[in-house]
Amino acid sequence: MLTRRVLHRLFRCAVGQINKRQQSTQQNLLISGHINAPLTNKLQFLFPKDRPIIPVYRVLETDGHVIDETQTPSFSDEQIVKMYKDMTLLSTMDELLYQSQRQGRISFYMTNYGEEATHVGSAAALDPNDLVYGQYREAGVLMYRGFQLDDFMNQCFGNLKASCKGIQMPVHYGSKKLNFVTISSTLATQMPQAVGSAYAYKRAQNMLCVICYFGEGASSEGDAHAALNFSATLEAPVLFFCRNNGYAISTSATEQYRGDGVASRGPGYGIAAIRVDGNDLFAVYNATKAARDMAVNEMRPVLIEAMTYRVGHHSTSDDSSAYRSIDEVRIRDKRDNPISRFRKYMTLRGCWNEEKEEEWVKESKRSVMESFTRCEKIKRASPATIFENVFDKVEPHLQRQMKEMNEHIKLHHDHFPWTQYESM
Amino acid sequence: MNLCQAVQNSIDLTLANDHTSIAFGEDVAFGGVFRCTVDLRQKYGADRVFNTPLSEQGIVGFGIGCAVAGATAIAEIQFADYIFPAYDQIVNEASKYRYRSGNLFDCGRLTIRAPWGAVGHGGLYHSQSPEAQFLHTPGIKVVIPRGAIQAKGLLLSCIKDDNPCIFFEPKILYRSAKENVPIKDYTIPLSKAEVLTEGTDITMVTWGTQVHVLHEVVQMAAKENISCELIDLRTIVPWDVDTVCKSVVKTGKLLISHEAPITGGVGAEIAATVMKECFLNLEAPIERICGYDVHPIPHTYETFYIPSKWKCFDGVKRLMAY
Repeated sequence: MLTRRVLHRLFRCAVGQINKRQQSTQQNLLISGHINAPLTNKLQFLFPKDRPIIPVYRVLETDGHVIDETQTPSFSDEQIVKMYKDMTLLSTMDELLYQSQRQGRISFYMTNYGEEATHVGSAAALDPNDLVYGQYREAGVLMYRGFQLDDFMNQCFGNLKASCKGIQMPVHYGSKKLNFVTISSTLATQMPQAVGSAYAYKRAQNMLCVICYFGEGASSEGDAHAALNFSATLEAPVLFFCRNNGYAISTSATEQYRGDGVASRGPGYGIAAIRVDGNDLFAVYNATKAARDMAVNEMRPVLIEAMTYRVGHHSTSDDSSAYRSIDEVRIRDKRDNPISRFRKYMTLRGCWNEEKEEEWVKESKRSVMESFTRCEKIKRASPATIFENVFDKVEPHLQRQMKEMNEHIKLHHDHFPWTQYESM
Repeated sequence: MNLCQAVQNSIDLTLANDHTSIAFGEDVAFGGVFRCTVDLRQKYGADRVFNTPLSEQGIVGFGIGCAVAGATAIAEIQFADYIFPAYDQIVNEASKYRYRSGNLFDCGRLTIRAPWGAVGHGGLYHSQSPEAQFLHTPGIKVVIPRGAIQAKGLLLSCIKDDNPCIFFEPKILYRSAKENVPIKDYTIPLSKAEVLTEGTDITMVTWGTQVHVLHEVVQMAAKENISCELIDLRTIVPWDVDTVCKSVVKTGKLLISHEAPITGGVGAEIAATVMKECFLNLEAPIERICGYDVHPIPHTYETFYIPSKWKCFDGVKRLMAY
């Protein structure tokens, strides 16, 4: 039988051992890669709720007042008015083209309502030679850079003057001149491509960056993950601009992700990130400008998450009243619209007033209408266009097939609506 | 040089002569799992020969973007079996870039290369020959060499071609048979099949490793006084219809062979086209000697799966006996 003294000695010995194990003799542990992490002997998980929510950067209040004058970007009145006109002309064009789809005059359309400041604010912060990769809801970037009303409309009509001569659906714009890569319908595919272009720019040492727009929905795609990871490891000067507009068709953002939005993922990839008020043109501008400077001068990617709201339906194939109340939309838009916020600022600043507004509304409606009428008359390109640009040259098998098509057309000439097309 | 060295040499020449060119992929920096990029990083620098994170969709998407911005991009996919995460980028993006933009943008400077085909012990995921999955995609070129000399010329053509190209490298041939590969920069035209042996009785069409199998079959057939015309297709798409048809007009009999499963394989496309173009010249139904419609290739059963010289020779005999 063990005596009390022996038991006590055993106990003290055991406690001594336990005390020694409460602290590691090491301070930090250099683990694979560049993780130099402190050691801990506390079993403790990181819970998302314990992380602070990333704040939203804002310069202009919804009533148009500047919160902090030192944050106001230095724009001339002309530049301010230009940006306002870009946003409003886009909106006016959206209204007409949306209606024209309803009337069967174009086959499809996507509006940009509510997101105009994300386009124009960011575009204004870029060098015109910075390459833009978009998703499909960034027409304001093109508007800012000088894409003409006719250019938008021709593409929507798919006529022979369109950038892609009718090969793609409406709103799939592209412009080599304006450094805007042609839109494709697949989501997030542009993201790793933007990284590749940025890497090529880094090697070319041309002091340019690449900006890549995408929605919060697209950020769920595998390509988004690949892009963010590649941009960080390869140190590419690319700006990732997420338009978080609350919806991916009918899927709300709460169903799209469970974490703190998209900006919170930045640090996980080793990428600097910021969240901005997407309906505040100045906030978008300031953040994009600062991000661009970082990207170009420090050769690193930057992630910007612009919080905004998709006021319109996803597209003309969508009726969002099926999944959100019309009231919700109306209230959101009334409470906070990027265009009216900016107009209020302009009025306070003194470079805009009701008279100018009335005049501009008339002028913009007129020019949109004129452009539409003009472009609707332009014919579609010759059907031979089908065989162009599959490869750089028309390969022999395609020449054979074109010949077959021509023979078929000869035999069945009257089956085709020739008045709409340029002759073969 | 062997095929692996020929590939390395092609990339070396490209990096030397085209200052925009870069080579990248998983494990490319240390020389590659098949050593096709060995020594290149030391020679040309870490910004031009580098590892990417482990993501095929990222590798190809990144490569497309490089090409769009004017850089020559040589992207390595570690095994053709792993090209599928990049399938969307290849089919929906790379192949359509020029078409959908009305020639405003293109990624012609992109070349994707991947080890391909049976290697003896590759199992289901290190043996695939997926060329048929890309045959059906307009806008890309797919090229497969049969040896070192061909590999260098064809790869350099792919790199210089102004369309996105996929170059599949028969991994089983990487280190076998050295050939006298010219040191200089040379190209071999794409979309041009090569008649390797001339013959009058049977036309045989194949590519890659299978060319060597059919060479043996040609010799076996010659012993029985059957004269075979062996054609290496080289470019799978767009393929050289004229050379193949010209041969079938002469012989009246066609045998196509490939490792990939028979249904929907490239052989099906060739057979259908030849049937249409040469219907009245055909003296027998077209033979396709291919893998079975099981997943290529079940590990311990490779000898049973592959379209061996015996299976091909049986096909020859069926053609002659028809």
